[in-house]
This record gives sequence, structure tokens and C-alpha cells, in this order.
Amino acid sequence: MTDSTPSTGLTAPKLRLGIRDGSDDGWGYAPAPESTDHVELRDRYGLFIDGEFVDAGDGRTFETANPATEEKIADVALASDADVDAAVAAARRAYEEVWSQLAPRERGKYVYRIARVLQERGRELAITESLDGGKPIRESRDVDIPLAAAHFFYYAGWADKLDYAFPGRGARALGVAGQVIPWNFPLLMAAWKIAPAIAAGNTVVLKPAETTPLTALKLAEIIRDAGVPPGVVNIVTGAGETGAAVVQHDDVDKVAFTGSTEVGKLIRRALAGSGRHYTLELGGKAANLVFEDAAVDQAVEGIVNGIFFNQGHVCCAGSRLLVQESVADEVISKLKDRMETLIVGDPLDKNTDIGAINSRAQLDKIEEYLEIGEAEGAEPFQTSCPVPERGYWCRPTLFLHASQSHRVVQEEIFGPVLAVQTFRTVDEGIAMANNTPYGLSGGVWSDKGAKAFRVTSRIRAGVLWANTYNKFDPTAPFGGYKESGIGREGGLAGLHAYLQPEAAA
Amino acid sequence: MQTSTATASFESPPIDAVGVEERVARLCSRSIKKDAKLQALHLTLSMIDLTTLEGADSEGKVRQLCAKALQLHAALPDLPHVAAVCVYPALVGVAKRALEGSGINVASVATSFPAGQAPIEIKLLEVRKAVEAGADEVDMVISRGRFLAGDFAYTSDEIASVKEACGEAHLKVILETGELGTLDAVRRASDLAMRSGADFIKTSTGKIKPAATMPVVLVMLEAIRDHYLRTGEKIGMKPAGGISTAKDAIRHLVMVRETLGQDWLDPDLYRFGASSLANDVLRQIVKQRSGIYQSFDDFSL
Repeated sequence: MTDSTPSTGLTAPKLRLGIRDGSDDGWGYAPAPESTDHVELRDRYGLFIDGEFVDAGDGRTFETANPATEEKIADVALASDADVDAAVAAARRAYEEVWSQLAPRERGKYVYRIARVLQERGRELAITESLDGGKPIRESRDVDIPLAAAHFFYYAGWADKLDYAFPGRGARALGVAGQVIPWNFPLLMAAWKIAPAIAAGNTVVLKPAETTPLTALKLAEIIRDAGVPPGVVNIVTGAGETGAAVVQHDDVDKVAFTGSTEVGKLIRRALAGSGRHYTLELGGKAANLVFEDAAVDQAVEGIVNGIFFNQGHVCCAGSRLLVQESVADEVISKLKDRMETLIVGDPLDKNTDIGAINSRAQLDKIEEYLEIGEAEGAEPFQTSCPVPERGYWCRPTLFLHASQSHRVVQEEIFGPVLAVQTFRTVDEGIAMANNTPYGLSGGVWSDKGAKAFRVTSRIRAGVLWANTYNKFDPTAPFGGYKESGIGREGGLAGLHAYLQPEAAA
Repeated sequence: MQTSTATASFESPPIDAVGVEERVARLCSRSIKKDAKLQALHLTLSMIDLTTLEGADSEGKVRQLCAKALQLHAALPDLPHVAAVCVYPALVGVAKRALEGSGINVASVATSFPAGQAPIEIKLLEVRKAVEAGADEVDMVISRGRFLAGDFAYTSDEIASVKEACGEAHLKVILETGELGTLDAVRRASDLAMRSGADFIKTSTGKIKPAATMPVVLVMLEAIRDHYLRTGEKIGMKPAGGISTAKDAIRHLVMVRETLGQDWLDPDLYRFGASSLANDVLRQIVKQRSGIYQSFDDFSL
């Protein structure tokens, strides 16, 4: 606050921004919870294999819980290797006998149908997503579900136009795809994986994350109700072992994984020399660079969207703020003020900005990093927002005066924690942005167009945003450099990942 | 353009219009229910400058408006009163007599409202006449022609002289944002007005569209916030024109709440310039209390 403090000797001007629902601090917002009345959730969910819901062969289950209340929602079948075998066999049969024989235009119709039902049942899916995963309803309603539907719409359009996607080369499906997705965008990730795969003519076995299986299972219901032939999409639930069984299965032609770099490395090792195709979308530690000529208030908003969107559980989150030193005090002071207006709490409340941390394990990991950051000498700042007593919560957090050598700068925290550093020259900012094992995404804030283009072209990351952050579109490829992964999803590149070239007819 | 810290405080920062619209959309997603809504509706009433600015305004119409200001809805006697009644200078005396002792201010537009196309001497005379007639507040218009031509010194001097002519009366400076073209210009005009003596900055005359759009108001609120953080001085804000429903008004309050904070949720620092807003707010208050929407005919003009 150094340059905003008046020289009169009076106390520094301060805005009363904190929003409470009580009346102690003036006008606050009363709770505005989304009604869950119309959402039907079963007590028990099976595996979706060959068009039917079945129990695990050995009858084992695991619990999925609401991270905002710590209460159990449902028992979910735990797939064993044998169940994965059955799912892959169903996918193989469906590929050979039905899906690869179907006219592409007919295939497209099914994909369009899934997209439409996703839209029709959008509200129910949004609520389920928030219940099971803890993300605020504002985001599941306005981002996750509409984008998931958009992916199905987009790839449905390609189904009968594959000959035009890669002119002169021709393309055909790979076969059976084994897909493993994370818990941060459960339905959206399922859409990213399933839509291009089946539109291109593959069949799939998908494993959702163990903490967030419900929307994928609702998607299975939608796929069944849409009349998609049995076996084209199979969904097997479980934890790491089930995932390992999917990606290592001999009869899987293509592996698509989104998750941690650690697991990504294991998968790449396991697949080496197998001849199987794979795409890996892994961790990130993106730099958000704010230059002195940026529109400051909009940059602050972009910083907030970059790190506090989805509790920071975003692989492309802008988790490192690099701000030019001449505007650092102003940016940081405004960022702190903006953070005071962020409401942490009930994910189903329409006014909630930051929901529940997805699981106990993830909260433990974030809290460990909060201790590490402090021990390393970075200066923590947290807002004063009250949080509920039960459930897993983390207030929005800054680590000021962080350094490149700090673990909170180098390692992915996957929580609402932003490491803040300053730079003096453009070159220094770019060098710091690139000094990371990751390379998934990044952001640049400048009112000068030429500078934005020059800087973005020098940052080694797959996705770069200028004067905005965390914008997604089904037509745009997404994927990383270095330890952030290999291959691209989304757009034409994402379609290509599910095809192999063939000699033109 | 230099952007070093030494000169930064004398310049207006760049504004990214896309980012502003995105922020506005997010603010509009706030859901205000139950007690919070009722509180907001009462607050809105207390912030209204009940306005009539027509060539055909009569003494009778102004007296009727003042009566409305004194008693918004006979069936709900416990409501707050509006902040002010806003009229042309010729009718200030009428309003002043009608509102005597009520605590409701009389605001007068001046400086050759709405176009501002008159010599400065005439503008200043008009301001003095309005104040003499009893205006507690003066709503001036800036000379948009000179501002758009880049003559910021003229605009600044003009505001400063009007402020001087106001004496004790509060000065609201109308930027007429609908004629400024860009959010960058809105920000520059806001900064200029605040540094030249404005007590309030105001979006519009109500005669030009678009008027008080949310992106424009957000940029002005951010200018007020930055001015406060730099100087400790609290400048008021008055959106005018185009805010006609309770829903719109609540969205504006949310924007104030999250940009300037609790202190600005006060008629001394925030006003709505509106002619039809009050009745929609009243109708919503009746609905919140009784559960039933009344016909608009149940509310007086």
C-alpha cells in the first residue's frame, strides 16, 4: 500500500469490502441456495458396461461424499481387473460389429443427441457436479455443463466430415480408447474425452475420478437413453488401480489421460514400446505476467479468474503472478481488496465464489504447501472471509515475495494459492515465466497489442491468453509443453488424436 | 505516453472494455434474496433523486412530484424518503417551498443543461440563480465538445468555476457518457471532474442513449475508488437514465458494494437519477411483504 498512502499522516483510506451474510458489516447477501428437489440421486451406482449398469464382479464398492458436508452421497461400484476386461471386451465388440460399420452421419446423430440431452438436463447435472465435487454452482452452471455440451456439439459436426478434416490424407478410427479423467472438471473432462473419440468412430472405456464419479454416471444414463449402441461408451468407476487396468490393457488402442504429471510419467513408461497411441494432459504452474501498461483493474480480475476459478483445482491455473515492479504495489493492493469480496462457502449457494476443496486428501496437500511456503520465507496473506465448520475449505491465499527457488513457485499446489513475484524488465519476466518444469498455459496483461504478441510468442506453453484468462472453447486445441504433457485435445488437433491416417481412396 | 510511477498519478489508467463487461456480467450473477433484497429496496428508495426535466414541466407537476417525494406510498408509511427532487432552475423555488422542513434536498440542473452549449458567463449565472432560489445541489454538464477535442484544461477550469459559483451547494458533474464514446474517455472525464472539485460524478443527462450502462458505471466507481485511495476523499456517484426497475437498481448496489464497499451505500455518496424507478421498487417491496404483485395503477405518479 506504499504509494496509495496519503502523506497527511492520517490513517490510510480503507474500503469496507468484506461481505458477510450477517448485519454486522452493513448490507450482505442472504443465502441463495439452488434447490436440489428435482435432482434424483440413487444410493448405489453400478458400472456401465455394454449398455447396462452392473455391479462389480466381486461386489466391491466405494463411497462418494459431498466435500462441503463430508456426508456420503452414494455407494459406487469398484471395478476390478476383470470388470475392466469385460468393459474393454464390450468396447471391442461394439467397435468391430456396430460402430465402425455405421454410416458416419448416423454416428453424428447420436453425438448430437447426447449434446442436446446434456443441455436439457443441464440444471440437474450442474447441481450434481457441485454436490459431488464441491465447485460453486455459478461455475458448474455457467461453465462446466455448457462447455461439456458444446464439446459434444462441436465433435458431432465432424463425425461425417472426417474426409475434409485432413484433406488428401483420409483418416480412420483407432479402435478402443481407454480414458482416465481427473476430479476437477468431472463432466467436462468426460466430454473432452468421449466426444472426439466416438465422433471419430472409436469406442471407449472411461474411468472417472473416485471422488467425483456421479456426473459421468449420469452421462452414462444419458448415453443409454439416447439409444447409443451398447458397448460404444463404457464407464468403469474406481481408484488408481482401476485406472491402471484401463491404461495398461492389451486390447486398448489408444490411451488418453488427464491428471498428475507423476501418474503421467508412469503411464508413459508403461506404454513405451507398446505401439499404442496416447495423449497425456498433465500438471501446470502457469505464469500470469502483468506489465506496467496493463489495464490494472481488469488485470486484477484476470488474476482472480486465473487462480481462484474452481478453487484453483485447474491444471492451467495462473498460479504464479509475475508483476512488473513499477505497478506491483498497486496491483497487489487491489488484488487483496478484490479477494475480500470473494465468498467462500456452500457450493450450492448462487453467490459462492469459492466452493469446497474436493477432498480431505487434497486439502491436506494444500495445507502442507501453506506451511512449506511460510517456512521457505514467502509472506502469506489470506482473506478474512468466514468458512463453514464442516467440510473442506481453504481461503484464497497469496504468497508474497516468493522466489523461483521456492517450492510454492516450482510445484503445482492445485488449490487457491497464488505465488507472487515481481520482475523489472520484459526479458526478466519471460525468463521467470519459462523457468519451470511445466508448460501448459500462461497469461499476459498489457494494453499494448504488439507487446502482448511478442511476449506470448516467447513463452513456452501450450495455451496463452492475452488480457484474459481461463477461456475455453471446443474449437481451440489444449495441451502442454515439457512436463505438462504430450498431444492436444480440443479442436481439429483433438480430433486428430483419435484418428490414424490412411491412403486416400 | 509515459507510464512510470512518477507521472502515473496524473494520468488515467487504460481501460479494457472486454474485461469490464466480463466483470459486470459476474457482478450481475449475484443473487439477492429475502432480507437482503428488502434491505436493498429500502436503500434504493432513500437514494433516489426524483426527477422531472421536461420542457413542459409545470408548477403543478413539480408540486405533485414533491408530494410523491414526501409520501411515496400511503399504504406503507414506514418507508424512507427519497434523497432529493431534481428540477430545472426555473422551478427550484416551487420545489423548495413544497419540501420545506422535510429533509429532502432540492437539486437543480444548470450550465445550459442538457447540451451545455452556452458561454461560461451564462452558465455561471444560471448556477448562481439556482442556488439563490434554494437549490441544495447543482447538476452541471461538462462541455463535451471541448473535452472530446482534448481541451482538458478548459473542462477542468469550467468545473472549478462552477464549483466556486455553487458556494455551499453540492456539485454533481454530468459527464454525458453516451457522448464520450469509449470507457477510456469515461475514466479520463471522471478523474478530471474529481480533481476539479466535483462532489459527485454523474453519468448522464437522461436525454442521450445509452445512459447509465453498467460498464460505464463500473469504470466511474473504480475511478472514485482510486481517487479515495490516493487522497482519502470520498466522491459520490450518480447513475442517471435507463435505470427503471428494482432489479437494475439492486445490480447497481451490488456493484457499489463490491467496488467501493459498505461506506458508499449511503444517500450522501450514492444516488439514482430516475423518474420511474421508485414505483417499481415500491411494487417489489409490497410483493416482498405480502407475496402479491399489485397493479401499477395502485401506485401514484
